[in-house]
Amino acid sequence: MKNHDIVEKNIGLMTVLIVIAISFGGLVEIVPQFFLKETTEPVAGLKPLGPLELEGRDIYIREGCHVCHTQMVRPLRAEVERYGHYSVAGESVYEHPFLWGSKRTGPDLARVGGRYSDDWHKVHLFNPRIVVPQSNMPAFPWLYDNTLDGKHTEAKMRGLRKVGVPYTDEDIEGAGDKVKGVTEMDAVVAYLQQLGTLLKEKR
Amino acid sequence: MSTFWSLWIIGLTLANLVLVFWVLMANRKVAVRDDETPENRTTGHVYDGIEEYDNPLPRWWFKMFIATFIFAAGYLVVYPGMGAFDGIAGWTSHKQLAQRQQKADALYSEQFGKYNAMPIEELARDQDAMKMALRLFANNCAVCHGADGGGNHGFPNLTDNDWLYGGEPATIKQTITAGRKGIMPPWAAILGEDGVHETAEYVLSLSGREHDEQMAALGETHYQQNCVACHGPDGTGNQALGAPNLTDDVWLYGGEPRDIRQTLRDGRNGVMPAQQELLKESRIHLLAAYVYSLSLPYEEQE
Repeated sequence: MKNHDIVEKNIGLMTVLIVIAISFGGLVEIVPQFFLKETTEPVAGLKPLGPLELEGRDIYIREGCHVCHTQMVRPLRAEVERYGHYSVAGESVYEHPFLWGSKRTGPDLARVGGRYSDDWHKVHLFNPRIVVPQSNMPAFPWLYDNTLDGKHTEAKMRGLRKVGVPYTDEDIEGAGDKVKGVTEMDAVVAYLQQLGTLLKEKR
Repeated sequence: MSTFWSLWIIGLTLANLVLVFWVLMANRKVAVRDDETPENRTTGHVYDGIEEYDNPLPRWWFKMFIATFIFAAGYLVVYPGMGAFDGIAGWTSHKQLAQRQQKADALYSEQFGKYNAMPIEELARDQDAMKMALRLFANNCAVCHGADGGGNHGFPNLTDNDWLYGGEPATIKQTITAGRKGIMPPWAAILGEDGVHETAEYVLSLSGREHDEQMAALGETHYQQNCVACHGPDGTGNQALGAPNLTDDVWLYGGEPRDIRQTLRDGRNGVMPAQQELLKESRIHLLAAYVYSLSLPYEEQE
């Protein structure tokens, strides 16, 4: 077909046509979700993370926990049996960025809140082998030594408010002071202990 | 889903299919005899004298492409895909999950339902039940209490017949169901560092271990003032409160003098997470029987 030449010899036109060709999937599968009630409305009882949990979340990201742990229970029987109720979109509406992950070297953490005691988490993060001898998770002993300075906590909350997380002025006021001096360990544990506690399904 | 987004999805999906179909058909070259029309033989592309043949698509490949269109049409009729249209099969992932859970539950209650009604004492001696309970224990309890139930620093040993809250079957089940909070308050502010050392010596003396007589005597007064409410005047503890027996030389947080001093100084917060919101009743029942079986005399264990 001779018209091929036109496309093949005009790289600009070819770029435009390629963009059109590959945009269908996104336009159909992603764009509508920005506007659907099911994906934009928080589940009942969902609150934005408090300052300590928010700092814990940032440490979770810094240490790369999401590389080995997903936070996404799929609606499959085996997963629901192991982790609890499958994840729903409404639980993630205040997540920026979301930490669903894509690979499970360790178990899913979407519903880890309340499953273990604070002490267990601390021992386990200090050195997982103490409580789970066969574990291949790295140890994070420095979480005990590092303390938060809370310098950026309020700025982070204001930033999140700009993208739609409903922090009030009272929430943000003095948030940095609330976390100042707390160990990173306590922050991470506080973050983990609230994960997925809004929806229940018995395993 | 609003009508707009439904139409958006339907429109784009159909447009995409039409476009792909057009690309396929518009570029299709039907086999012609090249010796009759020689200009049809190549694409006209020449690279350093090398010409590019323009051959028809292999027929098997073309047919497979057509087959994917037929599959897509069938899929969009049967399964949800066309916007708000649910598909004639009415499939959703939630329904599929519920069906599979129902099937599993039916199988479960058929094979293991009888255990729900069995008393824990009897269940603990049932080999098949305990085999299953062992798996449940490994999945849900072993991370704290150890694969063998032998416990860990801060996590009670379940095999030694020493109980913080009582080892009766019903008590064990209650512990698993509702959880426990074992709180030892910090005493550093009240006792002072000297008081902590003295009281620790007295606690060591309670289980007949090596201790400093003089300090222990001083420690006894601290003990009688502050500790008897939970641990009892003789140090044998109180299972209603989960206050450990101090006379038996079983130590949840370590029995070295410095461990005891740390416990006195900073207190301890033992938490057994409640399982009633996490595990089904039938599984809690089996686990209670398993925990009970761990401290049975060896010859009775399965």
